[in-house]
Amino acid sequence: MQQTRTVELGTGLFALLGMGALLFLTTHATGTDDFDADLTYEVTARFENVGSLRKRAPVAMAGVTIGRVTYIEFDPVSLQAVVTFVIDSRYDQIPEDSDASILTAGLLGSQYIGLTPGGSPEFLADGSELFFTQSAVVLENLIGRFLVRGEQGDTQE
Amino acid sequence: MLAAFRDLYITFVQFVRTFGALQLFLFRLIMHSPGVIFRRFGLVVGQVYNSGALSLVIIMVCGLFVGAVLGLQGFDTLSRFNAEDSVGTFAGFALIKELGPVITALLFAGRAGTALASEIGLMKATDQLSAMEMMGVNPIRRVVVPRFLGGVIAMPFLVAIFSVVGLFGSQLVAVSLLGVDIGAFWQQLQQTLASEDVYEGILKSVVFGGAASLIAVWEGYNSIPTAEGVGRATTRTVVITAITVLIFNFIITAWML
Repeated sequence: MQQTRTVELGTGLFALLGMGALLFLTTHATGTDDFDADLTYEVTARFENVGSLRKRAPVAMAGVTIGRVTYIEFDPVSLQAVVTFVIDSRYDQIPEDSDASILTAGLLGSQYIGLTPGGSPEFLADGSELFFTQSAVVLENLIGRFLVRGEQGDTQE
Repeated sequence: MLAAFRDLYITFVQFVRTFGALQLFLFRLIMHSPGVIFRRFGLVVGQVYNSGALSLVIIMVCGLFVGAVLGLQGFDTLSRFNAEDSVGTFAGFALIKELGPVITALLFAGRAGTALASEIGLMKATDQLSAMEMMGVNPIRRVVVPRFLGGVIAMPFLVAIFSVVGLFGSQLVAVSLLGVDIGAFWQQLQQTLASEDVYEGILKSVVFGGAASLIAVWEGYNSIPTAEGVGRATTRTVVITAITVLIFNFIITAWML
């Protein structure tokens, strides 16, 4: 009798600890700002260069995540990248002339789409396209530009 | 020359045969599993206690110190880039994706796998398994399947406990000893760790648990029924489990990336 009691107590304690640890790992150790909305609407935007933007990258407005990139493809006709992303349906009053730019979180962080509100009375809806876009800043190009400018400065002196 | 080729051929055929027999053995275990779970669940619980609850101490102590050393090493390396705040991310990723499942599986092989193999091997050597068959009791059902299932159930829990204790171990070192901000420690980890990373760890723990338990009961069940044979089965359990787990670890990581 004592034997079974020990076994049952030990097993119960072990299973509770294990489940608690699993719960901790799935809730406390992973990101809490994970975007999951049941109702979303889809918006597309064309970019000259998406840099290292990836699927599931956040779409943020005023620094708050309101959506997520779902699809990135290359348009062979216009030679641009077409980024499709979904926005939580709660945020259905975003002016349709808003500006989408690809930004970087921190100096070397991952890239995300930042929306800056426009002034149009029309709002974004399912299937609409953003026309004002700003490509990703590619660090190499930036450095290259600085180098060129530096050289020009030298010759002018 | 010809003899060498023949030896090689025989070794190869032996290997394929053993591998096939192992598959059939696993198939038999899985076929018997539902019956054992539904009718003799008490046996499984007893084995969860044996391989899980009794391994808790070694798992928690090892997890604490692995986490602590990750905190130390991570802090030392990251402080060269002025990125000490990322020590939580470093320790979390290392523990949850790699070290948690792998080290737990190796410890499990040493602590529970050897116990399973030697127990079943000794039962075979002392003719207990034959006696059961004489009495019309299927030893696979009565002895092997509960031990296999016990290990499979215990492993994911052990891995999760190892990872969590390890995280707190690295927090202890990084925050209390080395002065990393506790908020930065956890917030950086939460920002970068996705649910997929945790699922990868859980998937690994399930696969490793199945592999380690299968190898342990297989070695015990097929051991040569002598004192020497049981000893050899125990050794082989640890060696084969270590190799299998590390190979599977590479395959799963490559697949999940």
